[in-house]
Amino acid sequence: MSSQGIILSGLDGDRTWRLADYIKRGGYEALKKIIAEKISADDVIAEVKKSSLRGRGGAGFPTGLKWSFMPRAFPGAKYLACNSDEGEPGTFKDRDILRYNPHSVIEGMIIAGYAMGCERGYNYIHGEIFEVYSRFEEALQEAREAGLLGKNILGSDFSFDLFAHHGYGAYICGEETALLESIEGKKGQPRFKPPFPASFGLYGKPTTINNTETFASIPYIIREGGDAFLALGKPNNGGTKLFSVSGHVNKPGNYEIPLGTPFADLLEMAGGVRGGRKLKAVIPGGSSAPVLPASIMMDCTMDYDSISKAGSMLGSGAVIVMDESTCMVKALERLSYFYFEESCGQCTPCREGTGWLYRVVHRIENGLGRPDDLDLLNSVTANIMGRTICALGDAASMPVQSFIKHFGDEFAFHIEHKKCLVPQDVQREGSKIYVA
Amino acid sequence: MSALRIAQEEKGWLSSETIEFVAKYLEMPAIAVYEVASFYNMYDLSPVGARKITVCTNLPCALSGGVHAADYIKKRLGIDFNETTPDGKFTLKEGECMGACGDAPVLLVNNHHMCSWMTEEKIDQLLEDLKK
Amino acid sequence: MLEIEIDGKQLQVPDGSTVMEAASQVGAYVPHFCYHKKLSIAANCRMCLVQVEKAPKPLPACATPVTNGMKVWTHSEQAVKAQKGVMEFLLINHPLDCPICDQGGECQLQDLSVGYGGVQSRYEEEKRVVGNKDLGPLVSTDMTRCINCTRCVRFTTEIAGLMELGQAFRGEHAEIMPFVEKTIDSELSGNIIDLCPVGALTSKPFRFGARAWEMSRRKSVSPHDSLGSNLVVQVKNDVVKRVLPLENETLNECWLSDKDRFSYEALNGEERLTRPQIKQGGKWIETDWQSALEYVANGLKSVRSEHGAEAIGALVSPHSTLEEMHLLQALVRGLGSDNIDFRLRQTDFSADTRRAGAPWLGLNVAEIGSLDRLFIVGSFFRKDHPLVAQRVRQAVKRGLKVSVLNPVIDDWQFKVENKIQVKPSAVAGALVGVAKALAQKTGQDLAEVFASAAAEVEVDAETLSLANSLASGKQVAVWIGNYAQQHAGAASIEAIAQEIARLSKGRFGVLGEAANSVGGYLVGSLPAKGGKNAAEMLKAPLKAYVLFGIDAELDTQAGQAAVDTLGKADTVIALSAFKSESALAYADVLLPIAPFTETAGVFVNAEGRAQAFYPVVKAAGEVRPGWKVLRVLGELLGLDGFGFDKVEDVRQIILGAAQEVDRARLNNALAVDSFALGAAAQGVERVADIPIYAADPIARRSAPLQKTRDGQAPVLRANASTVAKLGLEAGGMAKVKSAAGAVTVPVVVDDGVVEGSICLAGAHADTSALGGLHGEVSVERV
Repeated sequence: MSSQGIILSGLDGDRTWRLADYIKRGGYEALKKIIAEKISADDVIAEVKKSSLRGRGGAGFPTGLKWSFMPRAFPGAKYLACNSDEGEPGTFKDRDILRYNPHSVIEGMIIAGYAMGCERGYNYIHGEIFEVYSRFEEALQEAREAGLLGKNILGSDFSFDLFAHHGYGAYICGEETALLESIEGKKGQPRFKPPFPASFGLYGKPTTINNTETFASIPYIIREGGDAFLALGKPNNGGTKLFSVSGHVNKPGNYEIPLGTPFADLLEMAGGVRGGRKLKAVIPGGSSAPVLPASIMMDCTMDYDSISKAGSMLGSGAVIVMDESTCMVKALERLSYFYFEESCGQCTPCREGTGWLYRVVHRIENGLGRPDDLDLLNSVTANIMGRTICALGDAASMPVQSFIKHFGDEFAFHIEHKKCLVPQDVQREGSKIYVA
Repeated sequence: MSALRIAQEEKGWLSSETIEFVAKYLEMPAIAVYEVASFYNMYDLSPVGARKITVCTNLPCALSGGVHAADYIKKRLGIDFNETTPDGKFTLKEGECMGACGDAPVLLVNNHHMCSWMTEEKIDQLLEDLKK
Repeated sequence: MLEIEIDGKQLQVPDGSTVMEAASQVGAYVPHFCYHKKLSIAANCRMCLVQVEKAPKPLPACATPVTNGMKVWTHSEQAVKAQKGVMEFLLINHPLDCPICDQGGECQLQDLSVGYGGVQSRYEEEKRVVGNKDLGPLVSTDMTRCINCTRCVRFTTEIAGLMELGQAFRGEHAEIMPFVEKTIDSELSGNIIDLCPVGALTSKPFRFGARAWEMSRRKSVSPHDSLGSNLVVQVKNDVVKRVLPLENETLNECWLSDKDRFSYEALNGEERLTRPQIKQGGKWIETDWQSALEYVANGLKSVRSEHGAEAIGALVSPHSTLEEMHLLQALVRGLGSDNIDFRLRQTDFSADTRRAGAPWLGLNVAEIGSLDRLFIVGSFFRKDHPLVAQRVRQAVKRGLKVSVLNPVIDDWQFKVENKIQVKPSAVAGALVGVAKALAQKTGQDLAEVFASAAAEVEVDAETLSLANSLASGKQVAVWIGNYAQQHAGAASIEAIAQEIARLSKGRFGVLGEAANSVGGYLVGSLPAKGGKNAAEMLKAPLKAYVLFGIDAELDTQAGQAAVDTLGKADTVIALSAFKSESALAYADVLLPIAPFTETAGVFVNAEGRAQAFYPVVKAAGEVRPGWKVLRVLGELLGLDGFGFDKVEDVRQIILGAAQEVDRARLNNALAVDSFALGAAAQGVERVADIPIYAADPIARRSAPLQKTRDGQAPVLRANASTVAKLGLEAGGMAKVKSAAGAVTVPVVVDDGVVEGSICLAGAHADTSALGGLHGEVSVERV
């Protein structure tokens, strides 16, 4: 964990997550400022818009704009939800935010609740990080006891309460409408949109869902101003962002850096490629993002626009680094298996197609590939993409398409020679247990 | 979901009777509860050992030894994925992303306790501790 | 209204319409599987993807709302490519077993794969296999064929009201199933067979019976409950192979109850009576029609000459056709008797002389959707009227508030706002309380005749809440159910229920018991000039009985006592589609008449709609249509007005040229000149429901229906406290004694039964020994 930013800076691992520590770091000042200066909800949203903060969950949608979609004069309940169902392979930033700085998320959500007129919020936390869920419950209790949550916050007439909810092992719940279904106690199958959550969300009420990191960025924006946040990054890519670096690096972990930092710098911060081997490929935005070969990646800066131009997505900021010991067919097989297992089963193309993709990649990996398999894979992915309710179908297809696009030769070799281009012992050496 | 989680913590796994009990308590049709229990993979619909170990073998973990760690545990316990040791102490499961890829190899004990950076030595130690 | 262009055709659609709805308006067929107009939108099959201007990707027509100025192409290159892509995915795991699949020939997947499927599969992996489920005696499964469209899941949840099926697991492992080893027990379960677009859910009784294209489709009308569901009867080689719904939005919509759908099995069963028989010297001899009818005519004539016409009586099933009921009453009256009745389970006939017309529902079935308050009195509503209950269920979702008053509160699978549960003898009193509270609430005067009764009753909180609910409605209906009509105090209950309807400015209605309950009144198939009603005819023996379409001990309130009475008659002439052990004992002549599938006739449903139907198969054996038998018999007896050639001529006499019911004759008005509450019973009272599959001769002979949960033998139901007070034990046996007899039945705890009473079904051989359906009984443990 290393930070040049606003969320993870000044922390000391497990020792500084409590309310008192957070207040020492300037915590809840943004909320106090809003209450004391009676800043209007519109002004709060305007400040967020000014910051150019973009959703940190993966889609990169401008947060201020999203907030302004919430119906103002809606009679009755409106809800806020935080998406901490972090299960996109390669992504592990929300876990650190929640366990080391939970109050930043709580404060961000309170402010969001204020800005959008919500009375209730839920933080949906990935079931596998249950210890973090338990800690978040403790943090909520601290905030309630301090009068920061509940009725008449800080003596104002603004009331907001926040509850933690845990997942229990379903990647799809990271999709925002599946997450809402799951909070409602159902299986997490995404809903068809429209209607969008802003009009028909949790329990049928207007709901806004943001990522953990997005909420955690809010206090800074309010405290220091949207302009200050924007200035941390680059135009249209405001602020600093957490990057979760994993795979073949010497120091895997979270790095909070200004948007626009060159990838090469990030790689260096993460200790460089392991064992002095050569960089082969990088998935820059979580497993669903298209893979990029080293040559392209080394020219990128880490922001939404640059990565998008290079043909991939910044996504959740999960950087999976693969060195020359990696067999790209095996890597894809692993990802395809994941999407096959995690498809919710609702839409035909994804339910039937992800299994098909996995089985074809699996047979190539196992030396049973056929000459026209790559065309078949491309054709099947084309039939899945854009044909399903949620983006899981696309997420399953993009790795397949990009792996074939950039590493087609390696796949062709596999099919022709019925074995890996990368020798087995090299692969084994590259993927043995590595603890920095 | 919490009701099922609590029921599982108490009973070890979710039998049909347990699911029916939860359904009655929540005044829901049993099949609606079963849908949920079978959708999320941290619920166990068949008996598991006293300690369920779930190892992440997804790509980021695999690159840093996730598969290697799983193989090592298999060898140590003499069981494969989805199997339980004859003494009923351990069940081994293959997990999907736990959102802790930087800590690879990562495993979960009984769903809720996460163990990071699991070298062979740490796995040995863990298995020793869990046997007690 | 919104402007939309579909495949180049302009049209306007109401706000909130979907592209699918708009497309169907212009006749553009969009292929689909999961979409169904009566179910919520799932958008999961993705077959209905269409091209929409400015949309980057194809959108599902079923779920995409129309926006103004939208342009849609349902068969453009982009759309068809998407549709074909989806079809390929649907087929990769679908077995290629069409030749042995019952759905073959009427399979949506098969049909669409012709247009959208490839010639050869590109999927060469192993196909998925899914284990079959035992859903009970009606629905057969072949789950490997399932395409997970979830129509069946949505049906059980949304239409039948109880989620009995779900989609468990996820991804490729997702499968449709009931909860572990549960069967589907809904009385509407057969509809999932129609809904299933593939061969995953098929009819168990029909299984492998015929190919869809081998059967002819003939229209008919259900002979069971008072809704008059429209049927398509499918026939091969003059055998009814299966029954499907004929869509009628104003009645059964696109649904059928399981009783409507599966009762036909009885028509091909062993118990069909196919030749006239005469009992001579205690032995049954088959004979020809001529001899049989002459024998009957002579018998009736001699009874008349020896004992007078009043010694002759007729009991006719309310499931008979209008023509049959008319001719039978004409025959009885032609002989000079007034002893005729179709209200066989009724106990209290004191309203007979005070009616202004035929009792009916008071509104059209289609109007149920616009009600905002509904008070149902004395009814086992869900089982007695499955599809009316379904309509009410949908209306409840839109805001209808339902109240109920009954000794037994069963789960109707929709929300009931107010429930008042009283002992049978307290029903009228409780209604007086409602009327009293309602009068107070609305500032109206209670009709004078109820004043003294009202002074006796206290208004409790529940009653007040129910009255407030009715008072706050704008479209109110008050209905009395089958139980209220069979009740020993039926006339009082009806009178006060009508007063409640008046006070709440609502419409009063009678939920008729049978397919032709309204028709029976219209043709005057009941005593008019002091003749004996059904109960009287079965109390003291007459000399001659004509039984038309009934099982005497099961279709009358008298139960076994009816058989005893009939046994004392000189002659019992039974016209029936079926024989039974007991009829063979009590009857002297058995005449085989045609069930609804083999005859023509009219049923008048609860809303007063006359629905004609015609034979769909040739009559079995020597069977003759009932109206023809009566016509010949009338002529043999030398009676006037029996010279008909066609069934339409009979109909003409009853309905006039319009062939419709004169609406003026539908009138629930009841003159009430006195009203008093009876004393509350002190002992244990019996409440008798008429189980759905025991209610009429056809249903009770359908083997698959009898195997369902609703077809199980009667049990004594009582709440836990009553079970304890009576010294009974759940799961044990109890002996129930009435004045007429005693039966021994299993005990089941059911907290839906009012304290101090037991619920024990009638219309069943196991309980017919008890005689009447109501009254005090003694109960002891055995």
